[in-house]
Amino acid sequence: MIARTLTIARKELLHIVRDRRTLAVMFFLPVMQLFLMGYAATTDIEHLRTAVLDADRTPQSRELIEAYRASNYFDIVGYVENEETLARMVDDGEVRAGLLIPTGYGEDVAAGRTADVAFVIDGSDPNVANTVYAASQQVGQAQGIRFIERRLGVKAEDMPGVEVHPRVWYNPAMKSANFMIPGLIAMVLFTLTIMLTALAIVREREQGTIEQLMVTPIRPIELIVGKVIPYVFVAFFDVLEVLAIGVFWFGVPIHGSLSLLLLLAALFLMTSLGIGIFVSSVANTQQEAMLVVWLMLLPSIFLAGFFFPIEAMPGFLQALSYLVPLRYMLVIIRGIILKGVGLEVLATQVVALVIFGAVIMVFAATRFRKRLE
Amino acid sequence: MGNDVIETHNLTKRFKHVTAVDGLNLSIRRGEIFGLLGPDGAGKTTTIRMLCAIMDPSEGSARVAGFDTVREPEEIKKRIGYMPQQFSLYGDLTVLENLTFFADVFQVERQEREERIARLLDFARLTEFQKRRAAHLSGGMQKKLALACTLIHRPEIIFLDEPTTGVDPVSRREFWDILTELHVQGVTLFVSTPYMDEAERCSRVALMFEGSVIVCDVPERIKGLVEGELLELRPERLREASRVIGELPGVLEVQTYGDLLHVFVDDAARRAPAIQEALAGAGIAVQGLRQTRPRMEDAFISLIRKRLGERE
Repeated sequence: MIARTLTIARKELLHIVRDRRTLAVMFFLPVMQLFLMGYAATTDIEHLRTAVLDADRTPQSRELIEAYRASNYFDIVGYVENEETLARMVDDGEVRAGLLIPTGYGEDVAAGRTADVAFVIDGSDPNVANTVYAASQQVGQAQGIRFIERRLGVKAEDMPGVEVHPRVWYNPAMKSANFMIPGLIAMVLFTLTIMLTALAIVREREQGTIEQLMVTPIRPIELIVGKVIPYVFVAFFDVLEVLAIGVFWFGVPIHGSLSLLLLLAALFLMTSLGIGIFVSSVANTQQEAMLVVWLMLLPSIFLAGFFFPIEAMPGFLQALSYLVPLRYMLVIIRGIILKGVGLEVLATQVVALVIFGAVIMVFAATRFRKRLE
Repeated sequence: MGNDVIETHNLTKRFKHVTAVDGLNLSIRRGEIFGLLGPDGAGKTTTIRMLCAIMDPSEGSARVAGFDTVREPEEIKKRIGYMPQQFSLYGDLTVLENLTFFADVFQVERQEREERIARLLDFARLTEFQKRRAAHLSGGMQKKLALACTLIHRPEIIFLDEPTTGVDPVSRREFWDILTELHVQGVTLFVSTPYMDEAERCSRVALMFEGSVIVCDVPERIKGLVEGELLELRPERLREASRVIGELPGVLEVQTYGDLLHVFVDDAARRAPAIQEALAGAGIAVQGLRQTRPRMEDAFISLIRKRLGERE
């Protein structure tokens, strides 16, 4: 039993080693995804390209512009003469925001009246717009406080008031990479193992070699286990690869236990391998398998809360997300890496993964028969 | 049952839209080379798959090596070798790796394995190619490797599904020489083929057409089933000649073979001059009109035509 399983595993290993393209996909795809996620998929907003329409042209207006520039949120990339030009620049995407200072701003400030300015934000991406919206308000309010201080000849710290000291836990610098990279590890584990197992088994069907295997005394379980063993190692290698780059290149700190992380990753593998085996039992060609895999992966990635928080989804989708195994792994991996929590906190997730893994494995294995339809 | 190693009773396989195999009753004795002949789509592959216990029949049953194909498939698998129609080895593995893989899967003892692999390589004339990847072998060599892989566990019965389709004539002959060698060693061979000439090398053949066996007998007797006597001639303007001859009295059937016509007549001595006369009358020149023995191909075409005629 074990001998035959190892025979299959050894053969699968030969396939992997001899197929340069698959080999490249296995080891470089996660790295590529990592760098893309680490750099491109950042939601940190800084240095937003901004145009200024200064109709006032007073020292006061220039001080306000300087305040916006100094905030680091905004890069003043151009001055325009009229609103039409500003509108065109936003349309073209040349700038994402515009500051409009009307005539009389300096006069109002000097006279101690409330001075109005307008701030145009390109709201096509609500994520960006939210941050910019808050930043534009914040800069304006700070400027207002400065006016009050000057007028009353006092320092704001000396005045009564409430000062909020936010403490950002887990990811104090609020770096997107710290949030994205742990999630990516779960995703690599999920997508790569499903895809590789499904393709590896379907390939035998597509080439007709499965027919030859069916007339041997091999048992389905030996075939399945033998075929997935090499991919378990590939998956773990990839996890360690992504983790190492995450830690040493992107500076993601691991607050929790690495061994617990790897243990639970192995548990999660049961689920993704099971899904891969299941896909291979419904698909007849590698193309079909790829299609089925993508049909399953895309909703999984969104519903699991990889990009967008589950709490923000409508109730129906939130309920649906409980059926997505990736959801639990994301909580686990972010919990261990970012928060440093242990089993006592993650028990619910672990139980969910055990159930998913067992059900999917049994289901997939029973569908796999030594029979042609 | 005694010496029957393969027995089917009303073996039937229905797919969604067609009945691929329709009530098959066969019995094959130990040590035979049994040929399953028939055109594409006759149900040969489905029959073999059911006998190899990798496909369940819709109706009926089959026993192979004394075991039921549905209830005891694993007992059968230990005792048979199966060579599917399309190349089904691992192209990215070498000849030796493929053989070793199947030796491992069949759990051939370690000390026995090396010697047996060496013998099979020699037997299949592949010794000098053992380091080559299977995908880089010629079609004929791939077939021989596939055969070697199915022999690794010394099966009693070997099923070969169209083993020579797509193989050049020289390799085909060589392949059949290897099969004959196995036959001499006492292995039972069940071979499907669309090539009628290969039927001559079988001890018994069954002609399969649209899911059922039209005839099953030794090749000599099947040839004897053809009604009438056979005349062979090489006329000019083949199609016109065929039409002219077909209208003559005493002509049972006209078949075309390349630039030859095969004419079945009730009495060759009486009809031959009449044919010559009719063709001369139509201005068609003829070379070499002679009486000949019907070949397997003539017999099968004639039998299939008769079956189609009965249905109308």
